[in-house]
Amino acid sequence: MFKFVVRRLFQLIPVLLGVSILVFAMMHLTPGNPAKILAGQGASAEAVANMEEEMGLNDPIIVQYGNFLYDAVTLNFGTSWKSGLEVSKEIGPKFVVTVELALYSTMLSLFIGLIAGIVSAVRKYTLLDVSIMIIALFGLSMPNFWLGIMLMQWFSIQLGWLPATGWGTPEQIILPVITLGTAGAAVVARMTRSSMLDVISQDYIRTARAKGLKEGIVIYRHALKNALIPVVTVVGLQFGLLLSGAVLTETVFAINGIGGLIVDRINARDFPVVQASVLVMAVVFVFVNLLVDLTYKFLNKRIDLD
Amino acid sequence: MSEEIILDIKNLQTVFRDEDSEVRAVDGVSFSLPKGKTLGVVGESGSGKSVTALSILRLIDHPGKVEGGEINFKGKDLTKISDKEMRSIRGNQISMIFQEPMTSLNPVYTIGQQIRETLKVHQGLGKQSGNEKSVELLKLVGIPSPEDRIKQYPHELSGGMRQRVMIAIALACNPELLIADEPTTALDVTIQAQILELINRLQDEMGMSVIMITHDMGVVAETCDYVAVMYGGKVVEYADVKTLFKDPKHPYTVGLLNSIPRHDIDVDELEPIRGSVPSPKDMPKGCRFASRCPFATDLCVEELPSLDEIEDGNEVRCWIYSDRWDGDPEVKEHGPKRTS
Repeated sequence: MFKFVVRRLFQLIPVLLGVSILVFAMMHLTPGNPAKILAGQGASAEAVANMEEEMGLNDPIIVQYGNFLYDAVTLNFGTSWKSGLEVSKEIGPKFVVTVELALYSTMLSLFIGLIAGIVSAVRKYTLLDVSIMIIALFGLSMPNFWLGIMLMQWFSIQLGWLPATGWGTPEQIILPVITLGTAGAAVVARMTRSSMLDVISQDYIRTARAKGLKEGIVIYRHALKNALIPVVTVVGLQFGLLLSGAVLTETVFAINGIGGLIVDRINARDFPVVQASVLVMAVVFVFVNLLVDLTYKFLNKRIDLD
Repeated sequence: MSEEIILDIKNLQTVFRDEDSEVRAVDGVSFSLPKGKTLGVVGESGSGKSVTALSILRLIDHPGKVEGGEINFKGKDLTKISDKEMRSIRGNQISMIFQEPMTSLNPVYTIGQQIRETLKVHQGLGKQSGNEKSVELLKLVGIPSPEDRIKQYPHELSGGMRQRVMIAIALACNPELLIADEPTTALDVTIQAQILELINRLQDEMGMSVIMITHDMGVVAETCDYVAVMYGGKVVEYADVKTLFKDPKHPYTVGLLNSIPRHDIDVDELEPIRGSVPSPKDMPKGCRFASRCPFATDLCVEELPSLDEIEDGNEVRCWIYSDRWDGDPEVKEHGPKRTS
């Protein structure tokens, strides 16, 4: 197990190298001169040229990449071109907000999705099952910015129960988490249902019943643990999607998260901030997937990680 | 039969229904099992033998349902008792082992956990005493170094070992009735013999009654006291094992015995039963074996024979033994003959 974790951490290196090349290349291939944007509309050609020199944009592309890589390895991402603040200070707090949002949303997805999926599987082909699956289809199909706006309209404006914007207090957290977690809950519910149905038809479930166990124990102890593996996979991938996909929800609820920051700084061609943000997201994504793999081992000892 | 009867099934009906079809998998099965004896239930795939077994424990999955008949176990009708009462019987007074040892154990729990579970639910044993009893049970079923085995997962054990574990789980609470549904079908021949021997030995030691479901006449000869031969969801012959092998009455039983390959007879002389089991969705109205029976007459095709006792303790569902039958006089006189 320990060996596996160490090896996975080493695998981080090529992954991050790849990500760094991609994000660097994409930023540099994007049309538009960062120096010109930074210098402003009316800047003289001379001022722009000075700016380019100062920002290192005239260095050979390899050197620019090398500098970026050196900064990244030393965990010093430099200063933002737009705000002049230290990059780590700029993305740190916003990143925490987005991770919180994604984490709470994932927890909500798991909680609602598992319960709905199990109930659906146990009561398969009943009205309850069909209703849950139809609701799940809606949840999956609804664009989350629209869901966010509707929730806001209803709970904030009409009823006035919850604040419409911001992040931090428990009241502020509720609506964005529902907005972001709904689609995930739908995916988890459908996955859990099909996985449970598959497991419930297995021989060992019949064995469990033949032992005289209560149906609840058969379902929760014998079936669920076996059915969770595909669900965990989906949740892991979902978490990555939530990290990057939170930008719409953040925008709707005026939350200062990393998604909004990246969009803003792409427009400003603020290379250091964009590159650092993407790298940090990649690291988190890899760690979440490591966690998923370790969960497999916990769920089923037969899985050989080494 | 003067012995005490532990299980008495009367006219059992188990039906699988969906919107536009119904399958009467078990259609009027009756048999009884004396205490401490072994009853073999024999038949081809689709004859309803496994469904009969699962019906006894009320483990028939949706959309199947026991729709009629009685299952009297120690004087209690299992079709009538509450779910709770049924649960207290399963794994406790009546246990079952299954055909597929490879998939019958839960892959995510240790052997020990899976044995302890039964001990906990029926005898309230905790972890410590449960472990001790588990080790004892594994020893009983002939598993070496049981102290280590209880910590292992099913995938670390061979098929034969897993079936032994299944037997240990089944025997955990000293059941009075063990239902073994083709316990050796999925195992190697050498392991098959060991498992059968184990079941026989444990039966003698513990005084259990056993229902042995199989399609293998060899297994029947080796383990059973009585035999119920099933065909198309019905019992077609019930006899003690000696009578059945020496003087089989039903043409289907004769056919089954004739189709066993023997090392001392040339393969050319092997006599299979022609054709196949009729579709359960489309059962003939007469004798279900009529389309494959070499002696069938119009009467057989038209009318279903009843299960009648023709000799002491020997019941047959066949027109040949009735006055109304007008087929081959030779067969009527001597009955269908074994060719091997």
